[in-house]
Amino acid sequence: MNNLLSIITFLPLVAAVILALFLRGDDAAAQRNAKWLALAATTATFLFSILILTGFDPADTGYQFVEEATWIMGLKYKMGVDGISVLFVMLTTFMMPLTIAASWGVKTRVKEYMIAFLLLETLMLGVFMALDLVLFYLFFEAGLIPMFLIIGIWGGKERIYAAFKFFLYTFLGSVLMLVAMIYMAMQVGTDFVDLAGHKFDSETISILGIQIVGGAQTLLFLAFFASFAVKMPMWPVHTWLPDAHVQAPTAGSVVLAAILLKMGGYGFLRFSLPMFPAGADVMMNFVLWISVIAIVYTSLVALVQEDMKKLIAYSSVAHMGYVTAGIFSLNQQGVDGAIFQMLSHGFISGALFLCVGVIYDRMHTREIDAYGGLANRMPAYALIFMFFTMANVGLPGTSGFVGEFLTLVGMFKANTWVALVATSGVIFSAAYALYLYRRVVFGDLIKESLKSITDMSPRERAIFAPLVFMTLLLGVYPSLITDIIGPSVEALLTNYHAAVPADAGMAMATH
Amino acid sequence: MSSDIQIVLPEILLACFAMVALLFAVYTSKDKMTGLLTWATAGVMAALALMIAGGEGSNVAFGGMFVDDAYARFAKVAILLAAAAVLVVGQDAMARRGLARFEYPILIALSTIGMMMMVSAGDLMALYMGLELQSLALYVVASLNRDSVKSTEAGMKYFVLGALSSGLLLYGASLTYGYAGTTLFSGIIEAANDGHVGMGMLIGLTFVMSGLAFKVSAVPFHMWTPDVYEGAPTPVTAFFATAPKLAAMALFARVMFDAFGNAVGDWQQIVALLALASMFLGAIAAIGQSNIKRLMAYSSIAHMGFALLGLAAGSEFGVQAMMIYMAIYLTMNVGTFAFIMSMERDGKPVTDIAALNQYGKAEPLKALAMLVLLFSLAGVPPMVGFFGKYAVLNAAIQSGMTWLAVGGVIASVIGAFYYLRVVYYMYFGDEGEALETPMSPAAWAALMGSAAIMVLGVVNLFGVEGAAAAAAAALVN
Repeated sequence: MNNLLSIITFLPLVAAVILALFLRGDDAAAQRNAKWLALAATTATFLFSILILTGFDPADTGYQFVEEATWIMGLKYKMGVDGISVLFVMLTTFMMPLTIAASWGVKTRVKEYMIAFLLLETLMLGVFMALDLVLFYLFFEAGLIPMFLIIGIWGGKERIYAAFKFFLYTFLGSVLMLVAMIYMAMQVGTDFVDLAGHKFDSETISILGIQIVGGAQTLLFLAFFASFAVKMPMWPVHTWLPDAHVQAPTAGSVVLAAILLKMGGYGFLRFSLPMFPAGADVMMNFVLWISVIAIVYTSLVALVQEDMKKLIAYSSVAHMGYVTAGIFSLNQQGVDGAIFQMLSHGFISGALFLCVGVIYDRMHTREIDAYGGLANRMPAYALIFMFFTMANVGLPGTSGFVGEFLTLVGMFKANTWVALVATSGVIFSAAYALYLYRRVVFGDLIKESLKSITDMSPRERAIFAPLVFMTLLLGVYPSLITDIIGPSVEALLTNYHAAVPADAGMAMATH
Repeated sequence: MSSDIQIVLPEILLACFAMVALLFAVYTSKDKMTGLLTWATAGVMAALALMIAGGEGSNVAFGGMFVDDAYARFAKVAILLAAAAVLVVGQDAMARRGLARFEYPILIALSTIGMMMMVSAGDLMALYMGLELQSLALYVVASLNRDSVKSTEAGMKYFVLGALSSGLLLYGASLTYGYAGTTLFSGIIEAANDGHVGMGMLIGLTFVMSGLAFKVSAVPFHMWTPDVYEGAPTPVTAFFATAPKLAAMALFARVMFDAFGNAVGDWQQIVALLALASMFLGAIAAIGQSNIKRLMAYSSIAHMGFALLGLAAGSEFGVQAMMIYMAIYLTMNVGTFAFIMSMERDGKPVTDIAALNQYGKAEPLKALAMLVLLFSLAGVPPMVGFFGKYAVLNAAIQSGMTWLAVGGVIASVIGAFYYLRVVYYMYFGDEGEALETPMSPAAWAALMGSAAIMVLGVVNLFGVEGAAAAAAAALVN
């Protein structure tokens, strides 16, 4: 199949169009049909995407399954995957059926809800597969529309503020990237392969009297950084995330945490390192330090949260700090670890938001103080929640450990002080995660309203099962992932170090 | 001589039609004929558009006063189609407001002839004649609702300020004539052989540009726009927002390249400044608006800023980008206004944005179409509106105006806020009094069609790109 990637990308869109055009009415039967169709479409997408994984050759560091066609304005419709992107595609297709299944309880505007999520899946998949600058930008930006609507229509009380903040923050970040993209397109073209092979000007230039080391590359790096740092999100532009997470419906939070946040990290790996190595070299220490600030600062903020979702949102920012620090360690362990951490965070944070969703569906509150002693009436829930809390902390045996460990090793090789500060984040994460767990699950069940709470339904257990499986599997057998990403990461770093002048690159010495 | 007539045949045919239609209506049952006249005018316009689209090559008539090239043809086809669409779409709304006067389609036809003259002008006099024919007809339709204070005020304001701008333009034209010794563009361009115009002509150029900036409602010559948009009956506003904007923009580029094409550096900065100021003012001033027509007025100011970005690039690619942008802009606005003119409550027109509360629940399909159009106006991909922005930004950066492009994208983020606000009312707002949006089949088709184009155009932009490239190549050589 030559069009495998396109089929996978647009299958959810086709389902969304069918829903929009042919499903009439809003009665119970129509709602059920919408849910089942969405579930079937996302599952089919997942099954198709397995074909990518089986047909993928990790030893080949170029793009595979490439499709190419001419498009408008000299642009190309070009799709493909390599070792870096293929697993993000898998993560997306894997998480979406679970997300849909977790939304079974939605009551209002079910059809539109399912359309929004299907549309979002198409756009997210497109981001990870696009090999043309503008095509990438198109998918990257278009994802804002369904997410804006998901937060705004199905969100909580403060949803309007959160939706606007989400949209405008990310939009502002990415338009600067658009300007940089046009500049690049003008110089080289829009094909990723050409762009990665091109050496942008890195002579020091002076703009308005300010010396810019790394020249055009640094400016381009910063323009992309504006977009990816917001998307990631990195401190100090992370403030949209807690708002968006708290207000979004459970499934929206899951998608946001598990997949949308990964676009930032993916962007760094796809653009910043291969296309602007000199710029990355100039900015490396800056990014490392704000990453560890993020780890420590947001962990501390997480400690004092009263809202469960907000706590997990801040914990996400902290974990993304490991990702950026790992990427900008610029060595094999660091980058491998960053990708691993992103995938593992996809499963773990997704699961944690689902855990919040389970009790939110029952009690309609996310206040930590409203709970306590859930272990008495919800033993299965307590077990699952504990498992993912531990995975979030980075307990050996879970995938969380592998990601954190690898990134810390990478950081240590790049900059010992950074690693020292970052490691303290491990302790903080144990503190806030266990504190949360204790307050929600342990203790006596004294609150009147909790006395009749029920344990997880079979549907909910079925949603968690694959997540538990993946977290454990990757925890005990991490080379499943590193074997796939390893060669591509190695090629990426080889090119990077070849492009950066030896005297300037401190990462060289540690490689 | 006969070949000259051949070249201006479309204009002559439309003029004859307008006069015959006027006589016909006066001698028959006047306003009862409005429906028939509207459809007939639209039909004639569509037919002329087809006829013009089939033209080839560059022809000059009347000693260079009238130019018929690919550029003029592109603009004329867009103008005719937009005018025809607005007429048909607005007919039902006009009738419901009791404004179904037979003069309306005729005045629109006359104004359209003016616009066709404008984009084909090869001489300052021809330019002025076209511009005045267009403007005079527009002044009248702005105050078509004679009994409404706001409508007459709008017409009056438009007329007074329009006369002022015509004065500026004429003054500039006379200076240009004085220093160039001719009113023909082909003669004026000779005066700037070394890449710069002389001081006297530079002043003339600046005044001409001021007059033109008024017509495209670029900041700082935009003051009339919100008031006129608000005061005029909505179907008339829809017309103001579409065809005349494209005509003025096309004329702007025509004068800049045909008459002052050897002194690009002299006018480029002025256009860049107009563009930047328009983009920012349009984006910021719209935030506080609660009236959707005023909001669309500021939105159009911002859009003109973006189109001027293409012109500011001063290159062939820039003109192509500008024409693509304007074609997309026209399509979006026809659809958006088809919706706005249908907004009413208890039979009275409503323009308050808050009236859209929970509209998404009441009319999911129409709300979805508006959603698409609003995101397209905001320039969010994958809607086609994004590609218009992409094209002009691309042109600006290729001409080394990266700072202008950065300003443009920041303005577009600010501007996104107010489009999102409309979405907010439609989808997230509280329950309110129900809004009715009765639409004629034509208006419904325009709304859905333009929304569909905004989505499906992502595949190949319906070939506008190639036509715009041919147009730009004809203008810039």
